[in-house]
Amino acid sequence: MEVLQLLISGMANGCVYGLVALGFVLIYKATEAVNFAQGDFMMLGAFVTLGLVNPEFMGIPFWFALPLVFVIMGAFGYLLDLVVLRAVFGQNQVAVIILTIALGFILRFSAGLIWGHEPMSLHSPLALGDVRLGDLVLGMADVAIIITTFLLTLALWQFFQRTKIGLAMQAASQNQMAAYYMGIPVKRVHGMVWALAGIVAAVAGILYASKGAIDPNAGFIGIKAFAAAVIGGFGSLPGALLGGLIVGIIEPFAARYLPAGWSQIAPYALLIAVLLFRPHGLFAQVRVKKV
Amino acid sequence: MTSTPLLQVRNLETFYGPIMAIRGVSLEVHKGSVVTVLGANGAGKTTLLKTISGIMDPEKGEILFEGENIAGREPHRVVKSGIVHVPEGREVFPLLTVEENLALGAYTRSDRAGIAQDRDMVFEYFPILKERRNQEAGTLSGGQQQMLAIGRGLMLRPKIMLLDEPSLGLSPLLVQEIFAILKRLNSEEGVTMMLVEQNASVALGLADQGYVMELGRIVMNGSSERLQASEDIKSFYLGHSDDTGRGEKRWKRKKTWR
Repeated sequence: MEVLQLLISGMANGCVYGLVALGFVLIYKATEAVNFAQGDFMMLGAFVTLGLVNPEFMGIPFWFALPLVFVIMGAFGYLLDLVVLRAVFGQNQVAVIILTIALGFILRFSAGLIWGHEPMSLHSPLALGDVRLGDLVLGMADVAIIITTFLLTLALWQFFQRTKIGLAMQAASQNQMAAYYMGIPVKRVHGMVWALAGIVAAVAGILYASKGAIDPNAGFIGIKAFAAAVIGGFGSLPGALLGGLIVGIIEPFAARYLPAGWSQIAPYALLIAVLLFRPHGLFAQVRVKKV
Repeated sequence: MTSTPLLQVRNLETFYGPIMAIRGVSLEVHKGSVVTVLGANGAGKTTLLKTISGIMDPEKGEILFEGENIAGREPHRVVKSGIVHVPEGREVFPLLTVEENLALGAYTRSDRAGIAQDRDMVFEYFPILKERRNQEAGTLSGGQQQMLAIGRGLMLRPKIMLLDEPSLGLSPLLVQEIFAILKRLNSEEGVTMMLVEQNASVALGLADQGYVMELGRIVMNGSSERLQASEDIKSFYLGHSDDTGRGEKRWKRKKTWR
C-alpha cells in the first residue's frame, strides 16, 4: 500500500517534470537551441492562470479562463521567437543559452512584481483534497495530474501524426534544409513550436499549482526537468516524459527508504550514471544517415 | 524553341561570404526540356541551384521564372511558384515513413484528390516505394532514398524540377535505372528538368541542352549532341584522358573555350 502511494505521488510530480522536459525537447528538436527559461515558462503559465482565475484578481471561472491561458501563453511563445530569438538566429549557440537564462530572470522578477513574491495557491478544480481507500490515502490532484498528462500526451501524439503542421514540425526538426526545399516556412514553424512549448508549459504550470502553492521561483524545477530530459535522451519526446516520470518516482522512494538528503541527490546521481553508461539517454532515437 | 523560356537566369552572381561562387551565369530552360549543368566539384553548380530555389540570395542578376523575377525570394514562396529542388545527397526525413515524406512533398498543395493521384503516379514509377510505404525513410538504401527524394519532388507537381547530382554515391546499375525513370518522367509526364551532374555521360544522354561550368562561370554550352562530340568534354568529363598531367593540359585547353 505504501509503495502504491509513493508511486502515485511520485508519478504526479514526474508528470510535471515530464511536461517541462517536453518543452525543452520540443524547442531543442526544432531549433537546436535549449530554452533554459522553460521552467519559468511553467511558472508564468501558472501565474497567468492564477491572475485570471483567483477571486482576488480577475475571478474568471476556471474553464472559461483555460482557453484564454493557452492563447496568452501560445502568443507569448510565438512572439518571443519572432521578436527576440529571431534576432540571434544563426548566432552561436551560447548566445541563445545566455539569452534564455536572462529571460528566465526577467520572467521571475516580472512575476514577482505583478503577483508578489509570497507563495500563492491557485483556485483550481483539480485541487480536490484526499480520498481514503482503506490504508491508501490518494491525493485526488495527483490522480487528476496523471490523467491530464496522459490525455495531453495522447493529443500531442495525434497532433504530430495526423496534422499537416505537426508533420511539418517533425520534418523541420529532422532535416531543416530539406524542409526548406519542400516549401515549409521553417521560421514560422519554429514560432509555432515555441507557441506549443508555451502551451505545454501552461498545462504543466496549472498542474503544478494544483498540487500546492506557486511562487516566482517555482521555475527552478526546470533544472530537475532538464535532468529528466537528458536522462530520457534529449531529442526524444516520449523519452522526455518517461525521464520526468523516472525522476519523479525516484524522489519519494529515495526520501522514504534512503538516508536523509538522498532524495535531493538521487535524480542527479541518475543523470550522471546515464551520461556515463548511456550517453545518448535511455530512450534515444538513433539515426544513421546512409550514403 | 522560339517561345520564351520557362526559366531564364541572367548574369547571376552569388557569394559565400567573401567568396564569389557564381560569377555571372546566364542560362535558359525551355518548357518540357531537360537541361544539364556539368562541372567538377566546386564549380558552383549546387550554389546555382540553391540560388534559384531561394536558399541563397544572389548579389546581382535576375532569375526569371515564367517572366517574373524570383531572385532573392523566400524558399517557400519559390516552391509555391512551382520550382522544386531535389537536393544533393537525397536529404529525406529519416524518421518519417516513405508515405509521410511524400505527403510533405505536397506541403504547399491542398487539393486532396490531386495529391492522392500524384502519389499513385509516384508509386507507379517507383514501385519499391509503394512496397516500403510504411517504412522509415532513414532505413532505405541509398538508391531507394534517391527515388524517394525524386518522388517527393514530384508530389509538388512542379513546373520545373532542379535535380542536384542524383547519381551521387550510387552504383552504375542504379544510376542507369534512375536516369531511365527520369527520361520516362520527362517524355510521359512532360516534367521540365534542370539537372546538375558530374557524371557527364549519363547526364548528356538524358538532356537536350547542356552547359559546362567551371569556377563559377559557364564556359561552354550547346545541344547534348554537340557537347558529346566536343574534344574538351570528351577529355575532361567523359574520361578519355588519364588523370596524370591533367592539370597542365587543362590550362592549355582552357584557352580554347573562349
